[in-house]
Amino acid sequence: MTLTLNHYLFVSGLLFAIGLGGVMLRRNIIIIFMCLELMLNAANLSLVAFSRFNLVNGLPNYNAQVLVFFIITVAAAEVAVGLAIIVALYRARQTTHVEDINSLKF
Amino acid sequence: MSPILFYLFAALTVVFAIAVVANRNPVASALCLVVSFLGLAALFVGLDAYFIAVVQVLVYAGAVMVLFLFIIMLLDLKAENRRKPNLVAYAGGGLVALAFLSQLWLVLQRFGPGHSPMPTIWLAEGQTSIDDVHNVGTTLFSVHNLPFQVIGVLILVATIGVVVLSKRELK
Repeated sequence: MTLTLNHYLFVSGLLFAIGLGGVMLRRNIIIIFMCLELMLNAANLSLVAFSRFNLVNGLPNYNAQVLVFFIITVAAAEVAVGLAIIVALYRARQTTHVEDINSLKF
Repeated sequence: MSPILFYLFAALTVVFAIAVVANRNPVASALCLVVSFLGLAALFVGLDAYFIAVVQVLVYAGAVMVLFLFIIMLLDLKAENRRKPNLVAYAGGGLVALAFLSQLWLVLQRFGPGHSPMPTIWLAEGQTSIDDVHNVGTTLFSVHNLPFQVIGVLILVATIGVVVLSKRELK
């Protein structure tokens, strides 16, 4: 029983599916935000797995790991801005439930 | 990484990710998210990406989680009281996730390179593990120097944006 790339890719896909399902079926905007983070991390896991399984001169492909570093940075900035928007929304509407925020709904 | 450790940490990550979605209390969800990210960091260590694992713990389990818990505390969120369950959303979410997983399974069965075992890393004489931080740093500052600077500008913009959004009244 050896570990292959498919093991990591399937775990990554499982995490992504959980995040996607969570975004679609949860109604609390903060939980939806957490599920977005889960999906970003699933992408990170598959990038690191590809980097480890695709050796360049006997070393992992570090371009992928630098990309993961950038993704983590952008995700951190996104969390800060997103939570500030949620706080502003809560001040205006006193709710974090997405079904109560429907001014733009057709 | 031995397969037992891989299965242990993969199960930890996936189970706590499910707990994030299933919990009705936002604080419990946030704490489950921390455990899920720690399991993911352990998987990164298993892939010899030590720097990424450390950054994952510092940024996600540290900074992002504190921010989430702080906002939950600030908004004083309680566990959601039961509303009428939206069956269309439940069915849609479950169906899309299951369709994605079955597609992924079929694709991975036919993905040739995915079945080869993990290749061994060439180590220099006397080394016990790779010089991970050094290699990532060299790549980051030589090949990807411009994107690195752009990321700095992005963080500055995000900081200013957060300050503007958090002001009492928007003008």
